[in-house]
Amino acid sequence: MIKSTARYIKSLFLLELIKGLRVTGRYLFKKKITVQYPEEKTPQSQRFRGLHALRRYANGEERCIACKLCEAVCPACAITIESEEREDGSRRTTRYDIDLSKCIYCGFCEESCPVDSIVETRIFEYHGEKRSDLLMTKQMLLEVGDQAEEQIAKDRAEEAPYR
Amino acid sequence: MMEWIRSNLIMPSVEQLFPLAMHAYAALTIEVVLKILVILVPVLFTVAYLTYAERKVIGYIQGRIGPNRVGFFGLSFWGLGQPIADAFKLIFKEIIVPSGSNKALFIIAPVLSFAPSIAAWAVIPFGDTLVLADINAGLLYVLALTSLAVYGVIVAGWASNSKYAFLGAMRSVAQIISYEIAMGFALVGVLVAAGSLNLGDIVNAQSGSVIHWFWLPLLPLAVVYFISGVAETNRAPFDVAEGESEIVAGFHVDYGGMAFSVFFMAEYANMIIIAILTSVMFFGGWLSPLQGILPEAVFEVPGIGILLGEGIHWLLIKTSFFLFMFLWLRATFPRYRYDQIMRLGWKIFIPITIVWLVVASVLVVMNIPPWFA
Amino acid sequence: MIEQTVFYIFSALLLMSAGLMITVRNPVFAALFLILTFFSSSAIWLLLEAEFLAITLVVVYVGAVMVLFMFVVMMLDINLSAMREGFAKYLPIGVLVAILMALSMGLVINAGEFGLVSDSIQRHSADYSNTSELGLALYTNYLYPFEIAGAILLVAIIAAIALTMRSPRSTKTQKPGNQVAVKSTDRLRIVKMKVEKPADDPEEVSKKDSEVTTVVKESP
Repeated sequence: MIKSTARYIKSLFLLELIKGLRVTGRYLFKKKITVQYPEEKTPQSQRFRGLHALRRYANGEERCIACKLCEAVCPACAITIESEEREDGSRRTTRYDIDLSKCIYCGFCEESCPVDSIVETRIFEYHGEKRSDLLMTKQMLLEVGDQAEEQIAKDRAEEAPYR
Repeated sequence: MMEWIRSNLIMPSVEQLFPLAMHAYAALTIEVVLKILVILVPVLFTVAYLTYAERKVIGYIQGRIGPNRVGFFGLSFWGLGQPIADAFKLIFKEIIVPSGSNKALFIIAPVLSFAPSIAAWAVIPFGDTLVLADINAGLLYVLALTSLAVYGVIVAGWASNSKYAFLGAMRSVAQIISYEIAMGFALVGVLVAAGSLNLGDIVNAQSGSVIHWFWLPLLPLAVVYFISGVAETNRAPFDVAEGESEIVAGFHVDYGGMAFSVFFMAEYANMIIIAILTSVMFFGGWLSPLQGILPEAVFEVPGIGILLGEGIHWLLIKTSFFLFMFLWLRATFPRYRYDQIMRLGWKIFIPITIVWLVVASVLVVMNIPPWFA
Repeated sequence: MIEQTVFYIFSALLLMSAGLMITVRNPVFAALFLILTFFSSSAIWLLLEAEFLAITLVVVYVGAVMVLFMFVVMMLDINLSAMREGFAKYLPIGVLVAILMALSMGLVINAGEFGLVSDSIQRHSADYSNTSELGLALYTNYLYPFEIAGAILLVAIIAAIALTMRSPRSTKTQKPGNQVAVKSTDRLRIVKMKVEKPADDPEEVSKKDSEVTTVVKESP
């Protein structure tokens, strides 16, 4: 009896609702956690998987040996590789395309690569206005690699103990 | 019979059409139109900035900061340019009339929902003499107009010829009908307490001090009125008519561009009406809360006296508070289930209001101080 | 002058919408025209300074009754050709009723009063309240008719409810009252129990005496 009366009073005076309003009222004055994106950015992990790049050795020789492991492992079939023998007898790619509109950024290509050639960089702010803009050719990938080499090498070095 | 036709139906001469008295009419018309503009322009401005306030307040409650990019002269000004940018975007969007819809009604529906919310401002008293139309049946007029807003929703839902829109309209109709009864009873309580249907007289009947305001003797009615007002304007947590997670957007799914924004403006104008009516009928309108606390001499002091004494600024402060309540409620509570809404309206609010009507009548008849001495 | 113009505008609107209401094919349009009819007649009442009646007409008929009408009419799927059958058969009865109604209306509004009589209406000052006069009349001279009408309406409401709620309801609807009244302890029992020791795991032995709380969920 007393319990049910108490319940009636509780619901009649909207006590639960006032409790809820108090919670939201408190949050009104709490610190805001919005990140103002172009000016502020959240920290990135060194394992961040963004735009792809093809790396070179220090002497300028491209690392990729056209083993096609990445092409085989790619779950989205985004990588297309064609290869030939170069004059010096080594096997090199003549074509290395990544279709970014297919890619799911899983990082398997990076993991499968025996020579650390294909990597995913921290770059994520890129766009294409046509579909063809999102098809990365070998040349483009090498350029990305050349530009971001310093960061890539640093991230690799930091990650080395865990790999 | 012929005499009557001649004197009444045959075209009158120019002198008859434009006698000297017409100049007085013209002057009166211009004066009234100017008064209407003085009321409506700030109202529309408030409607625009209420959307901004809503986004900011809800953002703040959710730990975000809300719109802060669009400003003026290349500076952001905390995003104050946002409503204007939104308005321009909506104005320049195409209004698509669905091919299966009833075109005339489809176009007329937003107007039907917007017009009553604007017309209600005619009787709102902003001060002792600051009122556009000081009519005796002001309270009834307001009740009539709030009940008319539902037609925009019904007509929109039917004319769109879409299932979602129709469902939204049906829900909205049932809800508004149910809550209108509780709302009407709450207004009857105010009528009993004030002894007048004139909104200005209702405010004057509350003068004295904060405890003389009707919120205290009519507390349940005030709460019921405000909550019914939230339901009547289809605002969260009573927004089943829109219910974006269930029926997309309810009655205005098929509307876009300016046609949509007229619905949007009607909703916000109705919110302002409900907020201002709550403050007029239960919270003393333009009366100062300091009345009866500070000595009368304080109000005579030039400068401060005007600020502390009664005036339109108190009405605006009270209205802003209730508008904030609208946003606060929306940010706090999840949407009611449909049968819960019906239960709340019929089984809880109506009995409460009827019981309190009796209590209020007894208070008035027995001349209980301090309210009805 | 202005008053007359307003009167003619609203009378024209009234006649037009009343005529359209019975001739238009779509029932939703008919309902909307009926609403327009109510509106124009309430405007004419306002011209007669009967503001209480005018606004009550809008509140009751436009704001409530017609909304329910619209509610029903919008959901109907009326077959118009079927409705037109038997038009000729019922025409004589319809015409008869119409003539009778016109006659009775003519008798009520004395034929001699058909002229515009705005001058003969008693004018009152601005502070005269129509509403309170109406209330005074209703609760003094017409107290018994008023109370009897109220009682009849109450009986009608109860009868309507009794007719629709005859049999025990077989639908499995939820009862929001019970749902609201539910407390967390009705649905959730918190049981304290000792941690069971794994047979041969030496690392777990150290925790053997600590208690953990296990939540048992009960079906409602």
